Amino acid sequence: MDWDKLVQLLVNGVTLGSVYALVALGFSMVYGILKLLNLAHGDVLMVGAFVGWGVLGWLGGAQDPTVAVWLVIVLMILAAMVGGGLLGVAIERFAYRPLRRAPRIAPLISALGVSFFLQNSVLLLFGANFRSYDSFDLVDVGVGVDWGPFHIWVMRIVVVVSALAMMAGLWLLVTRSKLGKAMRATAFDREAAAMMGIDVDRVIVKTFFIGSALAGAAGVLVGLVFFQINHFMGFNYGLKGFTAAVVGGIGSIPGAMVGGLFIGLAEAFSVGYIEDFTRGRLGSAFSDLVVFLILVVFMLLRPQGIFGKPEVKKV
Amino acid sequence: MSEHQSPSPERPRIGVDEWVASAEQRRERTVAGRIEDAVERAPAAAKLVVFALPFAIFPLFTDSEYLTQVGIDTLIYVLLALGLNVVVGWVGLLDLGFVAFFGLGAYLYAALASEYAGRHWEAQFVVPLIAVAVAATGFLVGLPSRRLVGDYLAIVTLFFLQIWLVVLINAEFTRGPNGISDIYPLKLFGREIVSPGGYYYVTFAAFVLVVAFLYLLNRSRTGRAWNALRDDELAAELMTMPVNRLKLMAFAVGAAIAGVAGALYAPQQGAVFPANFDIVLLITVYAMVVLGGAGSIVGVTVGAVLINSSLEALRDPDDASWLFYVAIVLGLVLFMRPRWVPLVVLAGTAAFGLVVHELAEQLRPSLVAGSTFGTARVDEVLDSWVLLPEGAIGQDGLPAGALARIAYVGLVAAILGLTLIRNRVWRAVALVPVLYLGACVWENVLVAQPAVARFVLIGAMLVALMALRPQGLLGRQRVEIV
Repeated sequence: MDWDKLVQLLVNGVTLGSVYALVALGFSMVYGILKLLNLAHGDVLMVGAFVGWGVLGWLGGAQDPTVAVWLVIVLMILAAMVGGGLLGVAIERFAYRPLRRAPRIAPLISALGVSFFLQNSVLLLFGANFRSYDSFDLVDVGVGVDWGPFHIWVMRIVVVVSALAMMAGLWLLVTRSKLGKAMRATAFDREAAAMMGIDVDRVIVKTFFIGSALAGAAGVLVGLVFFQINHFMGFNYGLKGFTAAVVGGIGSIPGAMVGGLFIGLAEAFSVGYIEDFTRGRLGSAFSDLVVFLILVVFMLLRPQGIFGKPEVKKV
Repeated sequence: MSEHQSPSPERPRIGVDEWVASAEQRRERTVAGRIEDAVERAPAAAKLVVFALPFAIFPLFTDSEYLTQVGIDTLIYVLLALGLNVVVGWVGLLDLGFVAFFGLGAYLYAALASEYAGRHWEAQFVVPLIAVAVAATGFLVGLPSRRLVGDYLAIVTLFFLQIWLVVLINAEFTRGPNGISDIYPLKLFGREIVSPGGYYYVTFAAFVLVVAFLYLLNRSRTGRAWNALRDDELAAELMTMPVNRLKLMAFAVGAAIAGVAGALYAPQQGAVFPANFDIVLLITVYAMVVLGGAGSIVGVTVGAVLINSSLEALRDPDDASWLFYVAIVLGLVLFMRPRWVPLVVLAGTAAFGLVVHELAEQLRPSLVAGSTFGTARVDEVLDSWVLLPEGAIGQDGLPAGALARIAYVGLVAAILGLTLIRNRVWRAVALVPVLYLGACVWENVLVAQPAVARFVLIGAMLVALMALRPQGLLGRQRVEIV
């Protein structure tokens, strides 16, 4: 057995998975509160990635940044979080709030419109070419943790740790703070929450801000480890993020984390092994097929996801 | 919402029971309602003839091959929009994999009639076969989400589209991104169709058949069940309607129509590529359905014709530039009351532009040093009205500096901010600089890349339409009890 490959894939899967988990979290939070599939969520990630890229350029580029490297990374992530968060709030205010009482399909179509608008706006302003973070110039690929024959680039560790830190922060926020309590109450029953004196609109806005900020940060993390960004990247991350949320149990925070990791690992391992398993008939591009099959299997066998509870509807 | 509050037109009408119950009577009193009812009572065959007539005589008025080609494309789009309308408009499901069925139809045609496949089956066998095969695929795709609400269906179908593209691009039997480019022309009862005019009428015949089929289907037991399902799934289920079976059926019917459209599209193009069936097409078709009015056959047809012709017109920067101003003036005249307000706003914008242009010329000459892209007469006027900074757009058509990007983002923010102003006077006043900024951004950024700009506009239109008029141009407003 090729242990080196296995460990590489594991590391890849965890990196990818932590990004998916961040996307799934924002998606799941919004779904929990509004019962709305925010199809534009992936594009918030894309915009976040471009904000981070802009900040990197503004700080002198990856080759000779004007401030310390750790500060560059922190500033990029923070800027992307603020940018993504504000974008999310704007999307909620202008695309979803007018449609609260509309038929279910209306906000979904509006979301498609937002997604298309964002993608094409970035295409208009930045072009179709991939932009690179060049983060291997920021931190040399040789720097990292060596453990026997295995080498893990420090940037990957930074990415996974920051994703985990954000998730932990979110968990504390939701379970310990007053806002978290309000969010849970609103998700449970919006009308009852409003009657208990919770300003539901404000809770929704904050939820959108937090969820979209996580997506924006995820965009920067993607750029840092996978280097390349373009206007269409949001589609893939959005899709996998949704899948992760569904597999983990939509509306559940630990579910989104576990689902993200699960999907990330599944994708990494199928990229690595699908060629061996099918004797070269299917290339690594078909890893999406495996993720799709996982989604279908979950839909058929456990539609409420790993952590979800089956929905009981009162008529 | 209280009973006394008059229902504003921009949201679904919601009211108490009596108000809802009398909605029909109120509708009958309006002129539009009477026309609607008269149309409703007319014999179906007469309606079909009147409806199809413009399409039938279109080729007689043009001998340009290009326009005939646009006509064929439009009819294909109309077919797609009609198919999507079954799923979205009649049953209320969100099918995001719809264009995959279109692509499947096209690739299946390539598999049955191309040099690559080494066969050339006749169209009268191929098209029905493809319709059945694609319908079966649609059924299978809908199956995993049969127990679930529409949102899950959206994810599964979107993922299906992604898988479809992955297979097309990476599989060997589809020749990857190179596509299949040696497709035989349609052979109908032994006769090959080669001219654009011939394809136009074949597509037209398919259009008439599909419209007749859908019209009858919508009035059938199944069609009525679909509408009931869309309006209230729970109630429909309680009335013992087989909800899941109905949903899957709608899915399959929509897919079959898309498959037929694909089977006609492939031979007419002579080649199929994965890039023809991506998400851009999906959203364009959604825009067509929603603009015309989901649920109405005439509506989605009008939507498809409108959108395809404006997309076609926006291709050329010369046309795009005057279209933009015509659209702005029309929009203002249609939506602003009283009648003199748009005139004041337009005059104000013109004056505002002249002042800003003059100031810029005095203070920062570099802001007006560029020139417009077009060569039409209108551009000469525009040169001395909008700000055209030198080198705002690079050789590749992309914004070269930060200025154009900031202006674009600022414009989007300004338009959104405008919708927040409640006071009508202030809104009209604020509209003046926003219009001017819009003109500047249009001339500098959007005209440079018409191919992208038109999709930006489609995205914005979808959002605006959903907020302002979710029933579309010709759709009927829904009346609900909360």
